[in-house]
Amino acid sequence: MTLPSEYLRYPRRRAGMDHDRYDWSILFRRPRLEWPGGARVALWVVPSIEWFPLDMPGTPFRPPGGLDRPYPDYWNYTLRDYGSRVGIFRVMKVLDGFGVRATAAVNAGACQRYPFVIDEAKNRGWEFIAHGLDMGHLHHSGLSREDEGRLIHGALETVRRATGQPVRGWLSPANSESLHTPDLVAEHGVDYICDWVNDDLPYPMRVASGTLYSLPYSHEISDTTIIWQYHHSAAEFALQVRDQFDLLYREAEKYGGRILSISLHAWIIGQPHRIRALERALDYVTRRAGVWPATGSEILAAFKAQQR
Amino acid sequence: MPASDPGLYEYSPIIDRPKLTWPNDARVAFWVAPNIEFYEFQPVANPTRKAWPRTQPDILAYSHRDYGNRVGVWRMMEVMDRHGVRGSVSLNVAVCDHHPEIIEACLDRKWEFFSHGIYNTRYTYGMDEAQERAMIEDALETVRKHTGQRLAGWLSPALTNTERTQDLLAEYGIKYSCDFMHDDQPFPLKVKTGRLISVPYSLEMNDIIVYNTHLASPRDYGQLLKAQFDQLYAEGAESGRVMCVPLHPFMIGQPHRLQPFAEALEYITAHDKVWVTTGAEIADWYYAHHYAEVVSYLAKRSDGR
Repeated sequence: MTLPSEYLRYPRRRAGMDHDRYDWSILFRRPRLEWPGGARVALWVVPSIEWFPLDMPGTPFRPPGGLDRPYPDYWNYTLRDYGSRVGIFRVMKVLDGFGVRATAAVNAGACQRYPFVIDEAKNRGWEFIAHGLDMGHLHHSGLSREDEGRLIHGALETVRRATGQPVRGWLSPANSESLHTPDLVAEHGVDYICDWVNDDLPYPMRVASGTLYSLPYSHEISDTTIIWQYHHSAAEFALQVRDQFDLLYREAEKYGGRILSISLHAWIIGQPHRIRALERALDYVTRRAGVWPATGSEILAAFKAQQR
Repeated sequence: MPASDPGLYEYSPIIDRPKLTWPNDARVAFWVAPNIEFYEFQPVANPTRKAWPRTQPDILAYSHRDYGNRVGVWRMMEVMDRHGVRGSVSLNVAVCDHHPEIIEACLDRKWEFFSHGIYNTRYTYGMDEAQERAMIEDALETVRKHTGQRLAGWLSPALTNTERTQDLLAEYGIKYSCDFMHDDQPFPLKVKTGRLISVPYSLEMNDIIVYNTHLASPRDYGQLLKAQFDQLYAEGAESGRVMCVPLHPFMIGQPHRLQPFAEALEYITAHDKVWVTTGAEIADWYYAHHYAEVVSYLAKRSDGR
């Protein structure tokens, strides 16, 4: 056997990254970030409000939580729907109790199907970021730039209309992008994107129209990852949130502001037997001095104000 | 033709071997092997193995791994410093080009580098001999140029081998290979020229496997490191053992995973009969004190004694 000769050529072997989207940067060698009021840790809670269509294609791959039983998969469809009918109101009540305004990542399809949920979130002063059309429409390199542009335009338009907010943030379904996604969302008036899980702080990304910011949505401190993919208990979820927080809180003293980013899905964490675990975790976190509950745009504004 | 047996080592029951000793009568040689890796954004395809689970670019998996270099590795180093543990770096040598700051930080700590190929998205599968030689020569030269070290060890990139890999490693003067999970002691490998030994690496203690295959929690991982150590420490009273902890900064360097690991290191390094060491030091000791004895023991045994 032999491999084509290009297999041993490395045209992007150079200092820094092997692409031009963002620069290489070491977290611990950046200037200290100061949060408002001298807070050590910004608490950023991101519940996703999603719609998994019954006929979702599952291509080019099945997103986490995607329907995986033979059509018609009522088992999974209705369990996801539980989140928007029941679970989300438990999540709201818990967050209200701690004065946390969330940053909701909403599918356009969820805005159309669950306007009641959108209104409830709006009444609480939550921020909305767009989370694509629905969980059956992924962004990936098989889409043409034009088709993806239409998808992004349509999703943003719907979310903006439904929420009445400018919608400056974007989270792609399943954190999946094509090569063009950051350029396209920036062209459509988005300031920050949440798909990249390589940092604990915001950082600038290069896009065709200038600069887009990456915000550290958490792939790890997520009910999907911990409970649904790792099969850990709700109590374990709470413990891992606490451990995450304790380390960030300690680190912030020496290195400057940190972000505790928590990703939630009401069909998972909003189940009756799990919701108290979220409450216990947030109780632990918000009891400490120097915790700043903030939305994505508030975090970004504080970050940008300190960049030269 | 595929072979039914790797043909690289003798069957040798661990309770029927010359006694293995370590410096200062240590019972366990303990080494930590952080995999410092670079996964390419858009790697060239290998016909045997897909580089990324999703379509390319797989920005979720790519950025998750990039976290290791931007964030995780620095936290992991701080914990290892605190407990006096030098790393033996399983290095994708292209990190020397991409992130020389990480290499410099390892050198400041007198860590060892062994090779884990060029990138973790370039596999050995399907290479012809000239290509495999080119990869090994690249690794030797890159590590020499950037660190001044002569490569002593090898863990195949993403654990992808050909049947000739181990022969080539020995020919190029590599001392030890980490591609073997068959033992708790180093062991001679049968190679065409020169000498080569396996030094125990571990999939069982490997953070990625423990978290993502066995679905352990961060605290489970801390407990299982201690359990592994306790058992090997007890057995090491009779004959020396090796414990390796292979790490990936993008996993262990996540905030919620760090503390249980730190506690396990504290626990292990607090024992007196533990030799906290590196892969190359284990290999050198084995060659100096045990290799000849084990080879002759095996030869006598195959003569029927």
